[in-house]
Amino acid sequence: MLKTKRAFVCIAAMCVAWPAWAQFRVEISGVGATQLPIAIVKFRDEDKAPQMVSAIIRADLERSGFFRGVDNQAVMDEIGLPAMSEWRSRAADALVAGSVSRLADGRYDVRFKLWDVVKGSELGGQSNTVDVADLRLAAHRIADFIYEKLTGDKGVFSTRIAYVTKGGGRFSLRVSDADGEGGQVALNSAEPIISPSWSPDGRELAYVSFESQKAVVYSQVVSSGARRAIANFRGSNSAPAWSPDGQTLAVTLSRDGGSQIFLMNRNGDNLRRLTSSAAIDTEPVFSPDGRSIYFVSDRGGSPQIYRTSLGGGSVERITFANSYNISPAISPDGRTLAYISRLGGAFRLHTIDLGAGGQPQALTSGSDDESPSFAPNGKLIIYATRDQGRETLMTTTLDGKIKARLSASGSDVREPVWSPYGR
Amino acid sequence: MKSMQHAFIALAAAALLAGCSSTPLDANVPVENRPTDGQAGAGGTGAGGTFGGAGAGAAGAAQSRVVPVDLTKTDSVAVSNLPRMVYFDFDSYVIKDEYRGTVEAHAKALVADRKLRLTVEGHTDERGGREYNLALGQKRAEAVLKALSLLGAGAGQVEAVSFGEERPAVQGSDEAAWAKNRRAELNNR
Repeated sequence: MLKTKRAFVCIAAMCVAWPAWAQFRVEISGVGATQLPIAIVKFRDEDKAPQMVSAIIRADLERSGFFRGVDNQAVMDEIGLPAMSEWRSRAADALVAGSVSRLADGRYDVRFKLWDVVKGSELGGQSNTVDVADLRLAAHRIADFIYEKLTGDKGVFSTRIAYVTKGGGRFSLRVSDADGEGGQVALNSAEPIISPSWSPDGRELAYVSFESQKAVVYSQVVSSGARRAIANFRGSNSAPAWSPDGQTLAVTLSRDGGSQIFLMNRNGDNLRRLTSSAAIDTEPVFSPDGRSIYFVSDRGGSPQIYRTSLGGGSVERITFANSYNISPAISPDGRTLAYISRLGGAFRLHTIDLGAGGQPQALTSGSDDESPSFAPNGKLIIYATRDQGRETLMTTTLDGKIKARLSASGSDVREPVWSPYGR
Repeated sequence: MKSMQHAFIALAAAALLAGCSSTPLDANVPVENRPTDGQAGAGGTGAGGTFGGAGAGAAGAAQSRVVPVDLTKTDSVAVSNLPRMVYFDFDSYVIKDEYRGTVEAHAKALVADRKLRLTVEGHTDERGGREYNLALGQKRAEAVLKALSLLGAGAGQVEAVSFGEERPAVQGSDEAAWAKNRRAELNNR
């Protein structure tokens, strides 16, 4: 059924309406993954719209690692009755068809239906009327529907990612669809931008900007561009992280000497110091229950990941293997820690099962991995890495078997962070 | 000048007493004594930097030195013609003996003119995480700040900040480039 192969599915065809500066390329490797074969036919009249809806859906589902697209040349809408025996003979377990209709007001009505080919039954369908600029979003929502129906887990295709590009002497904080397409600039600067962090409602991005010749933490409303400095103390201000309720931010400040973690209200008030060590304490992240903070400290002589309760109390060391473990990210269910570990000279994405106290598992064989961030359904991790000297982004499944690469022409891409649900 | 030398000797002695700890978070900034020739010179003097010959302090400044003005930076340009680079060894925050003159010269200027303001910018090489490197660069900047304070600079005169790995002095992924990037820059504002 599954061949041990590398399938390069180039989805360049679908970025007609956007500057084709970025695209994900799916590289499927590894053995034993069970992938559901799904046929996604061309939607009726989709080629009259600026986005190829069926191609976007297929690329989404394949990138998740749980699906394999069944090649076909068919065109069919949601009203038609598919010949199930024919699709069975093509080894498709599921089938998706639909239509894209331009309305009198310029918007598009995107409809689809999903069938279980094996049982020969209908699994549901929807109609979504969208602005032309949201055609890709409509396609991602269909992919989310299919993913949830067939796997039982919520899809993340209609979520977004934020990341930083560097090119032409300029730094840009960008927001794109989760597949890397439709990128829009949130901030352009001549100075570096690092550590973007989504507010839990997905409305704001906190980040570190060096525009005033030092590290200052800002927060910016994505839809309006309104921004405010939320930590601008003497020394360096960095590593913003939101509490799950969005009311509190953790930041790293050097205002009292050394790099230490502080908490503040979302408007910058009520600053209080969380860690008190004579070492570096940085990269705070909240646990999903909001009760504790994971962070990096070199208090033991080398950077390791620790956890401390917000109610005060002891500090617990989480990582032990290797002498350099940084950049913690916690899965939405709180059970998996993703982080970067140095082995020899190689920086690699690792995970640890926090519940089982398991051994670290390397998810890549790279040497320059950075900045892991979980998808809101916890099934994928996005991270930064290098490919032939260029900084790129990748997504991986938690078993490390399915990876997709986002590369940009002429730019380095870094500091990815996955948005929460909702737009 | 003489009192400063005394201060540095005292510092060095304190560092020795403290077992030459590489953690600069106690009150004493460890100052490492090394011969200025041979391997200790990694990145200290020579090609590509903003200036050369950092070892001798203000008195030894070459007369033919040209201080470049770079308008592509939004940075206010340093008006002082003192040497302004302190280079560090890998994973180290220790101010090497060869940069004593640089630190002393800036401390002297700050003491002489209490209105003078100085920013110490810590930098790292490109290896490792961006936020952790920001903290490492901060540690380097604070090591220089502490040395300046002990030599009489006022608390409000110097700010230690970090650029981590974000603003390399030299592009490249080899030891020669890395050595040039592990630095603290002293910039008058």
